Amino acid sequence: MPQYILSRLVLLFVMALLATLVIFLLANMVPGDPVLAQLGDLAASNKEFVAEWRAKWGLDLPLWQRYLIFLQQLSHGDLGISIASQRPVLQDVRDFAPATLELASVSFALSLIVGIPLGIMAAVRRDSWIDHLARLISLIGVSSPTFWLAFILLAVFYGGLQIAPGPGRIDSIGLPPPSVTGLYLLDSALAGDWATFRDAAAHLVLPSIVLAAATLGLITRTTRASMLECMQQDYVRVARAKGLRSRRIVIGHILPNALIPIVTLGGLAYANLLTGAVLTETIFSWPGLGRYTFRSAVSLDFPAIMGITLIVAVVYLIINLVIDVSYALLDPRVVR
Amino acid sequence: MSAQNTGPGPILDVRDLRTQFFTDAGVVRAVDGVTFTVDAGETVGIVGESGSGKSVTALSLMRLLDEPSRIVGGEVRFRGADVLAMSEDELRAIRGDGIAMVFQDPMTSLNPVLRIARQLVEIMQAHGRFDGEQARARAISLLGRMGITAPQRAIRSYPHQFSGGMRQRVMLAMGFANEPALLIADEPTTALDVTIQAQILDLMVELNRDFGAAIILISHALGVIASVCRRVLVMYAGEVVEEGPTEQVLASPRHPYTWALINAVPRIDRHLPGTRRLTTIEGAPPDPLAMPSGCRFAARCPFRISKCDEHPPLDEVAPGRKARCWVTKGNEALPQASPPPPTTATIRPKSEKSATEPLLSVRGLVKHFPLRRDGLFAPRKVVHAVDGVDLDVEAGETVGLVGESGCGKSTFARLVVRIHEPTAGRIRFAGHDIAQASASAIRPLRRRLQMVFQDPYASLNPRMRVAEILSEPLRFHGLTGTSAETTARVDELLVSVGLNPKMATRFPHEFSGGQRQRISIARALALNPDFIVADEPISSLDVNIQAQVINLLVDLQEKFQLTYLFIAHDLAVVRHICDRLVVFYLGKVVEIAPAEDLFMRPLHPYTRYLISAVPIPDADAERRRKRLPLVGEPPSAVDPPSGCRFRTRCPIAQDICADVPPPLTPHRTGHLAACHFAGQF
Amino acid sequence: MSAVDAPLGLRSVAPIQSKLRRGLRRYSLPVIGALIIIAWIVVAIIAPLLSPYLPSTVDVTARLRPPSSTHWLGTDVLGRDVFTRLIYGTRISLTTGMVVVLVGAFIGTLVGGIAAYARGRVEEVIMRATDLVLCFPPIILAMAIAAALGIGTTNTIIAMLVVWWPKFARLARSLVLVQRSQEYVEAAVVIGLSPARILLRHIIPNSIGPLIILVTLDVGNAIITFAGLSFLGLGVIPPTPEWGSMVSEGRELIEQWWVAAFPGFAILTIVLGFNFLGDGIRDWLDPRSRRR
Repeated sequence: MPQYILSRLVLLFVMALLATLVIFLLANMVPGDPVLAQLGDLAASNKEFVAEWRAKWGLDLPLWQRYLIFLQQLSHGDLGISIASQRPVLQDVRDFAPATLELASVSFALSLIVGIPLGIMAAVRRDSWIDHLARLISLIGVSSPTFWLAFILLAVFYGGLQIAPGPGRIDSIGLPPPSVTGLYLLDSALAGDWATFRDAAAHLVLPSIVLAAATLGLITRTTRASMLECMQQDYVRVARAKGLRSRRIVIGHILPNALIPIVTLGGLAYANLLTGAVLTETIFSWPGLGRYTFRSAVSLDFPAIMGITLIVAVVYLIINLVIDVSYALLDPRVVR
Repeated sequence: MSAQNTGPGPILDVRDLRTQFFTDAGVVRAVDGVTFTVDAGETVGIVGESGSGKSVTALSLMRLLDEPSRIVGGEVRFRGADVLAMSEDELRAIRGDGIAMVFQDPMTSLNPVLRIARQLVEIMQAHGRFDGEQARARAISLLGRMGITAPQRAIRSYPHQFSGGMRQRVMLAMGFANEPALLIADEPTTALDVTIQAQILDLMVELNRDFGAAIILISHALGVIASVCRRVLVMYAGEVVEEGPTEQVLASPRHPYTWALINAVPRIDRHLPGTRRLTTIEGAPPDPLAMPSGCRFAARCPFRISKCDEHPPLDEVAPGRKARCWVTKGNEALPQASPPPPTTATIRPKSEKSATEPLLSVRGLVKHFPLRRDGLFAPRKVVHAVDGVDLDVEAGETVGLVGESGCGKSTFARLVVRIHEPTAGRIRFAGHDIAQASASAIRPLRRRLQMVFQDPYASLNPRMRVAEILSEPLRFHGLTGTSAETTARVDELLVSVGLNPKMATRFPHEFSGGQRQRISIARALALNPDFIVADEPISSLDVNIQAQVINLLVDLQEKFQLTYLFIAHDLAVVRHICDRLVVFYLGKVVEIAPAEDLFMRPLHPYTRYLISAVPIPDADAERRRKRLPLVGEPPSAVDPPSGCRFRTRCPIAQDICADVPPPLTPHRTGHLAACHFAGQF
Repeated sequence: MSAVDAPLGLRSVAPIQSKLRRGLRRYSLPVIGALIIIAWIVVAIIAPLLSPYLPSTVDVTARLRPPSSTHWLGTDVLGRDVFTRLIYGTRISLTTGMVVVLVGAFIGTLVGGIAAYARGRVEEVIMRATDLVLCFPPIILAMAIAAALGIGTTNTIIAMLVVWWPKFARLARSLVLVQRSQEYVEAAVVIGLSPARILLRHIIPNSIGPLIILVTLDVGNAIITFAGLSFLGLGVIPPTPEWGSMVSEGRELIEQWWVAAFPGFAILTIVLGFNFLGDGIRDWLDPRSRRR
């Protein structure tokens, strides 16, 4: 097992390195000249100024040298300077990440807590009303465009019924809790500020439902399919022949097998939640990485886009590693 | 739970049990009025071909059926209480406690993510017989009793760490955990190799003796039943057609179906040289959706009389013997099977052509399959599937290849026809070296070298019609010019394998397993080959269909002067049809001999074990015979033992066996063995 | 005696259904799905016949009108008819969704098939490349590429294609690998057929099923993704009528909900249509679920 993890770590490093290459090439080989994109028309028409500017940023060097420089900067944690905010990208990321982390984690918990039991019930009572309900929920969850679902929920519960708070992480008149982790729920609880805690929690409800919708649908569907698959296995019949109670068969025998594919799916879903936040955060004015990415994309803030892509890719790789390792731990058949 | 019934009378009393499948196509009467009893401590066998309803009967006894099957009538009284009328709770109290069950496939019967301990302990706890500590101690002692070495360690293992035979031992431990009054074993050895099967069957006999539990053993093989059961029920098309003491039924059956079943199986202890055909009955079991109103076996029965249009009852024909037949109503014995026509004009080796060179000549053949690496730094492991094999096959011969699963016999077959490329070694076919030749260089030779596969459900492309399947090789090799010619040839091929040419427009799924195997044979014949490699061509078929296919292969050999390389795990069958036999063990040949010689005077200890392990469908012979107990399981082919590969299980192994691999040396004319102490066991 | 054999003993089972009812259940959803898709395709083709307006007709006097008999689904902030823009938008959404999935599936299948057939080095390189693309989150990578290439429908499609092919490559590879070891393929080898013929006549016809399922289910996915990118301003260039950008234009207008609600609902229906159809095909191709 340790050897397996070690070799996976080496692989992760190689993949991350390749990812930097992809991102570097993407940033440098795009048809549009980054100089023109960043200097503006007037400055770009001045040939001397352009040449000077190129030299300053090392753009006159051959591609491979520029890549090495890029790598060297990376190794110091330097992801470049965001054009829009004029701050180091890494610092921006550090400021915006907690909001996304909070939202994604709550959504993830929501989709697991609802999705897995729903999938189990649907499989155990196949073709009953709960199965149909589960199917409906998962189909709508998978088929609704996130941005539209967000709009509808806002229009109904905030605009229409006025029972939900508006966009943002906290009321505009409220103050954020003293920052410890950057997660408002945690920070306000630590500070014992329960009014802020309630406010932050209320603000989380709609965005997390929206963000969870697709994942919930996927998890429900997969749990159901996986349960049905496992229910047909011979060992279930053996368990029945042992005289075990149905509940014990479902929980003790079917579920441990059925959950194995959910681990893979769950890990990937979490990674996707982190990125699916782009649309949700934009609508809910949620000050997280998603909205930051969106802003960078529309303003063609290349250093920011590339920095974020790289960071997210590394997070993605790490989550994949965690999935594989927990898979090996969960399923004794995967001998390492 | 009902009180322990120790008094006389049956512990299980089944009356007019009826189980039906409600399918889209209609209602299948899978079990159609089955009546029998089992006394305490008795061993009862249920035998029949697939679809006869024997497994459904077993599942019905404990109400373990899944949709769309339903028990629609009858009574199942266990210790006097009707199982079919029980509530869920009452039923659960019996399952795993009074009645235990062992299933066919040990590989899938244990939960893969739970430790053995948990799976054994929970059945004892579920019935409140033992608390956690007691249950665990008992689990360990049970595993030990079942012949599992180091049970303290085994109990902490996961199922995947065990082989099939070991898992079936665990299943038996589970079955006996609560000291049941009745154990139902549904084909418990079908998925196992013959030597492991022998171990498990012996174990069941011992357990029946020691624990006093009654056993219902369900099997398609009469030999398996004969080695365990005192009494046997023969099922056909959902009904019991014969019942009686095993030895009497096997010695002198009272139902023509039993008669056919007995005669269709070649026996390992008896063989008349020159007779290679088997006695078969024509046709297949009736369509379960449209059962005939008369005797269900009448359409295939060689003894049919006019009365058979009426449905016969299961009547007592002699004390303790029942049969469902009009012909034997007065306990008349059925006639002995007339010996099938002898094999005519077999081309034996030493014919004119073989004086020059054997048709197939294999030297030092090696095939290693690399395994996926465990990690970046782990050493690459290889499976030594075939590890240095020499073999000659003369034109006109039938050479049998036998060995346990994983011994490399199927890989060897695939090397010979160059589905796989050998790692090393030479394969000369008809004077051409094909071991490393390119696909296009071999292509012309493919016309002469064909193969028949094991699984009739996987070996035909499901999306092609029979006509396309058979015409593809013809067209590709340009054997037929016009489409009329092709059609004529396809018709001819179908006729030669005993199928109706009208079937050419159908898809494979419209055929039964036996018919599919005939199509597969026709495809191999399409190119007019002179050499056919048959990889377990009958192992997935019912005995009667097996006999039909064997007879077909013998017919074709005579008609087209074919040479066969016949791979099988059933020794009785290979003894019956092969001229020479090759015994494989862990990728190596341990013995080569003429068939009769091998069975009469085996030289290698492994061969002796193998022969001894085959159950004989004759209760008398089974009882007189003392089986040689081969212990353990074959080692891994990834890391085979040094020296002689059999030494880890060999009772006469010496130091030299670990150091020096024994060469394959001749001991008699045509009889070679790879053993340092050949013939000394 | 009825229902003594409840599968898990959890509940007595529903009575055995009639053949007709089971048939209806089995085929109703995919048929509904197919009908929805066909309806949208028809709408896309005959869009000009359905509406008196043009999608680009601006009428500042009729801004943000609620749904009425003249403007069935109301008007947007520029007074454009929402219904007209919605039915014209069908063209973009359907074509982009299908183009991305079909081209992506074609490239992916080809690459995956080659990997499975070639084995060895080639397979290793191809599968590592697949892993590399899959290690980027799809939306973010598509955004980065779309941003780099510049905004426009074609560029967005290219960006999506880059992230789309790997899943097909993986599926195709595993399908071909499964079929390759089947005995009927071995039989074809023994007959001496050429690799190309084996691939075309034997392997592909038998592995196409799961690919068709994935393609069908994935069109909906692609439509949502494209709409999402458009919503972010990385898809079509305004004023092209497109559902995602229409929702985007109306996203602040909670009072005038019709501007954003209807185009989003259109996406929901068409994606549901593809999901129904895909699920139906899956049930139909899966012999195990066919039994029931």
